Amino acid sequence: MGNYSYEVENLNLWYGDNQALFEVSMKIPYREVTAIIGPSGCGKSTFLKMLNRMVEMIPKVRVSGTIKYNGNNILENYRAEELRTNVGMVFQHPNPFPKSIYENVIYGVRIQGIRNKKKLDEIVEKSLKQAAIWDEVKDRLHTSATGLSGGQQQRICIARALAVEPDVILMDEPTSALDPISTLKVEELIHDLKDKYTIVVVTHNMQQASRISDQTAFFLNGDLVEFDKTDKIFSNPMDKRTEDYISGKFG
Amino acid sequence: MSNSNYSSTSSSTHRLIKNKNGSVKRNELRGKVVVYSCAVLIIIATIAITLFLTIKGLQSFIVNGVNVGEFLTGLTWSPSGEGDVAYGAFPFIFGSFSVTFLAALFAAPLGIGSAIFMTEIAKTWGQKVLQPVIEILVGIPSVVYGLIGLTVIVPLIREHSSGIGFSLLAGMIVVGVMILPTVTSISADALKSIPQDIKDASYGLGATRWQTIYKVILPAAMPSLATAVVLGMARAFGEALAVQMVIGNSKALPESITDQAATLTSIITLSMGHTTYGSLHNNLLWSLGLILLVMSYVFIIIIRFISSRRKV
Repeated sequence: MGNYSYEVENLNLWYGDNQALFEVSMKIPYREVTAIIGPSGCGKSTFLKMLNRMVEMIPKVRVSGTIKYNGNNILENYRAEELRTNVGMVFQHPNPFPKSIYENVIYGVRIQGIRNKKKLDEIVEKSLKQAAIWDEVKDRLHTSATGLSGGQQQRICIARALAVEPDVILMDEPTSALDPISTLKVEELIHDLKDKYTIVVVTHNMQQASRISDQTAFFLNGDLVEFDKTDKIFSNPMDKRTEDYISGKFG
Repeated sequence: MSNSNYSSTSSSTHRLIKNKNGSVKRNELRGKVVVYSCAVLIIIATIAITLFLTIKGLQSFIVNGVNVGEFLTGLTWSPSGEGDVAYGAFPFIFGSFSVTFLAALFAAPLGIGSAIFMTEIAKTWGQKVLQPVIEILVGIPSVVYGLIGLTVIVPLIREHSSGIGFSLLAGMIVVGVMILPTVTSISADALKSIPQDIKDASYGLGATRWQTIYKVILPAAMPSLATAVVLGMARAFGEALAVQMVIGNSKALPESITDQAATLTSIITLSMGHTTYGSLHNNLLWSLGLILLVMSYVFIIIIRFISSRRKV
C-alpha cells in the first residue's frame, strides 16, 4: 500500500451535455483527512461520489480519465460492489434503514453472507463503539433506528459504514443537517477515526474544514483550483480565487 | 411602468380596492356550502345504502325465519324449489373467497414484480411502456374480460383437464388479470415513495441492485404492497359479470380447481331478474348482497389497519 489511497488523473465528467468536472487530478493521502470545499454546484459532491462510483446511479453520466484506488484503476474492470465494501460512505442526511439499530449496523456485513450470530454481535458492538454511540444505544439495539435523534442517526450511519471494515470513508456534508452539539460529536469522531481510515469530507463549512482536515481541496465550477495542506490553504493560499472564497467574498 | 403614472397613484388617497372583506366573506361562504354539501351527500349515500341493504338482507332471517347458521353453512341451494326448500349459501361464499384468494395469488406476484420492474429495473423504459399498458388494462370493461375468458381460457382448460372448462381456475385467471393493473399501479406508487436516501445507503455499503430490492425496498414498502393486494382482493370479491361468464355457476361445492363453481355475485346477477319482490328467494339474494357489503367493510378495515402500521 502506497502513501496514497487514491490517485486521480485527468478526470472529466459529464451529466448529459453539461461537463461537471474538468481535468481533475489529485492524490488523496493514506490515513489522513482530506476536506473538499467550494460553493454549491462546483462539483465537489460529484467528485466524492466518483470515489465509490455512486455517481453511476445517475442516468446519462459519462466519465474519462483514471482513478487509481490502492494502485488499481476503478474505472476499468472493477466491480462497483467490491469497491463499495472497501470505501464506506456517509450521506448528507442521516439515512438509517427503517429497521432496528442492530440490523442497520449489520446490513453491509449480512449482504456479504456472514451469518454467525456471535460474530455479528461482536461487529455491532465494535462498530458502535468506534462511532462513539455504543453507550447511548447499547440497551436498545433492537429498537428502530429511525426513532433516534438526527445526530444519533448520523453516528449509526457511520457505525454502519465502519461495520464492513472499509479502508476509506467518504462523507458528503455529514453535519449539514445536524445541530451544533451533534456536529461537534461527529467532528470529534472524524478526528478519532483518521488513525485507521482515509477520510474524505465534503463540507460547506470552511471552519469545519480547517478544524478537521489535514489537506483541503478547493473546487470551483468543476475545476480543482487548489489542493494543499489545510493550514497553507487557510493562511497563505496560492490562488486568488481560493483566497476570495475562504475570506467570504463569494460562495 | 412610467414614472408619472406611479407617482400619481401613490400621491392620491383614492383607494382602488374598496370593501376588501365583503366579497371574500361571501366567496368563503359559497365555497363552504358547496364543499360541505358534497361531503354530506356522500356520507348520506353510504349510510343509506348500508341501511337499506341491512334491512333488506335481514328480511329473510326475520320475516321468512331462515336459520342464519344454516344459511351460512348449508350446502344445498334451492330457494324456490317445488318440494324441499334449501337455502345453504356456503358454496357461493366458498366460491367468492376461492376466486378472490386465487386471483390474489395470481395477481400479487405478477403485479408486484412488474411494479419492481417499472420503478427499479427499467425506470425510463418501464414507465414509458408499462404505465400506459396498465392504464389501458384498467379501462377495459369487465364484459370484455369475460368474453376473452370465454373464448380463450375456457376452451384451453377444457382441453387440458377432465372438466368442461367453465371452472374456478378460469374465474381465477380472468379476475386475476382484471385486478392485476390495480395491484401493479398501487404497488408501483408504494415503491416509488421509498426515499432514494435509503437506497443510496444500501448501494453505498456494496449491495447489488437485487440485494437492495429485497433487503431494503421490499421490506420498507411491505405495508403499502399489502394494501395494494387487499384492494385488488376487494375488487375481485365484488366482480360479477366476468366471473359469471366463465365460472360455470354450478350450485354445488367445487371439488377441484377445474370444477365449476359459483360466487355470491354471480348468483345475484343470474337470479335477481326472475324472482318476485318480497319472496323468500328474492330476500335470500338480498342476504347474499349483505354478505358482500360486510366483506367489503372488512376489506376496508384490513386496509386501514395495515396502513396505520406503515413505518416509512
